[in-house]
Amino acid sequence: MAPRAFKPQMATGNDLLEGDVVYFTAEGGWSRHIAEAAIARDKEAAEALLARAEAFPNQIVGVYLTDVTIDPNGHAAPAHFREDFRTRGPSNYPEHQRQA
Amino acid sequence: MYDYTDFDRDFVNARVAEFRDQVERRLTGSLSEDEFKPLRLMNGLYLQLHAYMLRVAIPYGTLDSRKMRRLADIAEKWDRGYGHFTTRQNIQYNWPKLRDVPDILQALADVEMHAIQTSGNCIRNVTADHFAGASADEIEDPRPTAELIRQWSTDHPEFAWLPRKFKIAVTGSPNDRAVTKAHDIGLRMVRDEAGEPGYEVIIGGGLGRTPMLGKVVRDFLPKAELLRYLEAILQVYNMEGRRDNKYKARIKILVHESTIEKVRAEVEAAYEANRALLPRVSPELVAEIEAAFAPPAFEPAPDTAAPVLSAGLRAFIDTNVSAHKLAHYGIVTISLKPVGGTPGDATAEQMRVMADLAEEFGHDELRISHEQNVILPHVARRHLPAIYARLREAGLATANVGLVSDIIACPGMDYCALATARSIPIAQQISETFADIDRQRDIGPLKIKISGCINACGHHHVGHIGILGLDKAGVESYQVTLGGDGTETAAIGERAGPGFSYEEIVPAVERLIEAYLDNRLEPGESFLAAYRRLGPDPFRAALYPEEARSDAA
Repeated sequence: MAPRAFKPQMATGNDLLEGDVVYFTAEGGWSRHIAEAAIARDKEAAEALLARAEAFPNQIVGVYLTDVTIDPNGHAAPAHFREDFRTRGPSNYPEHQRQA
Repeated sequence: MYDYTDFDRDFVNARVAEFRDQVERRLTGSLSEDEFKPLRLMNGLYLQLHAYMLRVAIPYGTLDSRKMRRLADIAEKWDRGYGHFTTRQNIQYNWPKLRDVPDILQALADVEMHAIQTSGNCIRNVTADHFAGASADEIEDPRPTAELIRQWSTDHPEFAWLPRKFKIAVTGSPNDRAVTKAHDIGLRMVRDEAGEPGYEVIIGGGLGRTPMLGKVVRDFLPKAELLRYLEAILQVYNMEGRRDNKYKARIKILVHESTIEKVRAEVEAAYEANRALLPRVSPELVAEIEAAFAPPAFEPAPDTAAPVLSAGLRAFIDTNVSAHKLAHYGIVTISLKPVGGTPGDATAEQMRVMADLAEEFGHDELRISHEQNVILPHVARRHLPAIYARLREAGLATANVGLVSDIIACPGMDYCALATARSIPIAQQISETFADIDRQRDIGPLKIKISGCINACGHHHVGHIGILGLDKAGVESYQVTLGGDGTETAAIGERAGPGFSYEEIVPAVERLIEAYLDNRLEPGESFLAAYRRLGPDPFRAALYPEEARSDAA
């Protein structure tokens, strides 16, 4: 079987103190905004991204890579609905949502 | 209400101090996340999708106004002004900050509460009938038993690292409101031929990915033998429960793979050995605990005629007030299922209203039910108009207990890191679809239970209509099960057929209920009774009309 075609990926985790969802940025820091997430476009870049993102063990926890889709304008969006919900917060209290 | 002894108080305070130190060490980096995670979980602190979540134990679901007010204070001071009451009679806070958690735990400890053993492979918070001590059908109050088990199981050194988590439920009534057959151990109070109360002991029940009803391991256990017998069950499970595969690690799998006969023989042998090694439960201790749960000083029956009730209050009493052991008292269930609301959620303000009502009218007692409602167990009926008026002001007077909108739902993918789909919006949409209370009353008793993953916190297997949210190739998909029952006539629901999309599931439930209304013999035949009489076919036909049409062609 042919290897799965690579899908672009970003690195995400949760802030140790606040618990907030955060994304690893191209500048090498962390942001609460998915628009600032660094995107890896091949397997090697993804491995390197994860390695860089995991270098904050006392600031960010539960770091992992997740697939994104890129629209024609170059904006990244989560490929899976779980990650989509993570960008927004719980749906039952609109006032607790973010980036709505 | 059981009051902490000096031992309990010192123990809980020491645990708070210990956790404060652990958090400090995590913040300074001297504990890694891998080291810290099991420590925070032992104190009920999870990391969920959007934030930390703190799960606080409410032992056997019993609270007083002081404790309830403290839960409100915590929601306001350290969270976002609300809490979520769970199907295990606990409360969860969805937004605590790591730095604040030691202060929250201290605030809990100050009112004799904690979050110990609300996670991990240990004996979890013991649950009990939420009508305990009040219900007309009760043999004995199950809470002294539950408290005894709490004392025995808390920090029990031998059972801190079981193959998997372990849940015990106790009921004192023949009507099982504690879902005892879906627990690792279920205790049902029964009487022997001499009329002495004891326990029917059930083991190996559980929901999750392999739902099973518990089996009776012993028909009658004298009360004084309880701990030696429980110790025996846990010893057998601890030695023989599987540790190679977490999905096969619960005691239900041991009972299933080994057979109840074999497990019974081993438990009885261990129990015989324990009889020589361990003391019986001390009668003095039992007497002390039972005294802590003595009934309140009930007021005498009135000699005046009952007041004339408004239609709204009559409807509320019909659904939300149950028979108390005293005729001039009632058990009030406060629904946390308003139309369009999140099942089990209460704001800090609502918690305070419930605390006030318990203090003013309810002998200062409150209960949390596994169905995610709050109970005032002892209310003199003459107070019902005043209580109803106050509940209405607080948005807590929804008269839907036991009806289609009284839905159990786990937090699902709106909060939970384990979830595979959302639960809460499905519950919200169903309750909006059936918002008309007259329509709900016409449909009659119906339990819809929704889980957002296979772990089944929403008890979907024992819902008359169960809904399980799954991730099917990257899309939310909802499976329907039918005919489940969590009471003394327990049954695991049967899967109806292929799943439905997020958009399709609520209309599918509506079709199911229409099919029930079309097929019931008379309005008194409940959904479950009709399902048991008719079997799944008419319900499947309603769920899958396309298929039914092509079969007929």
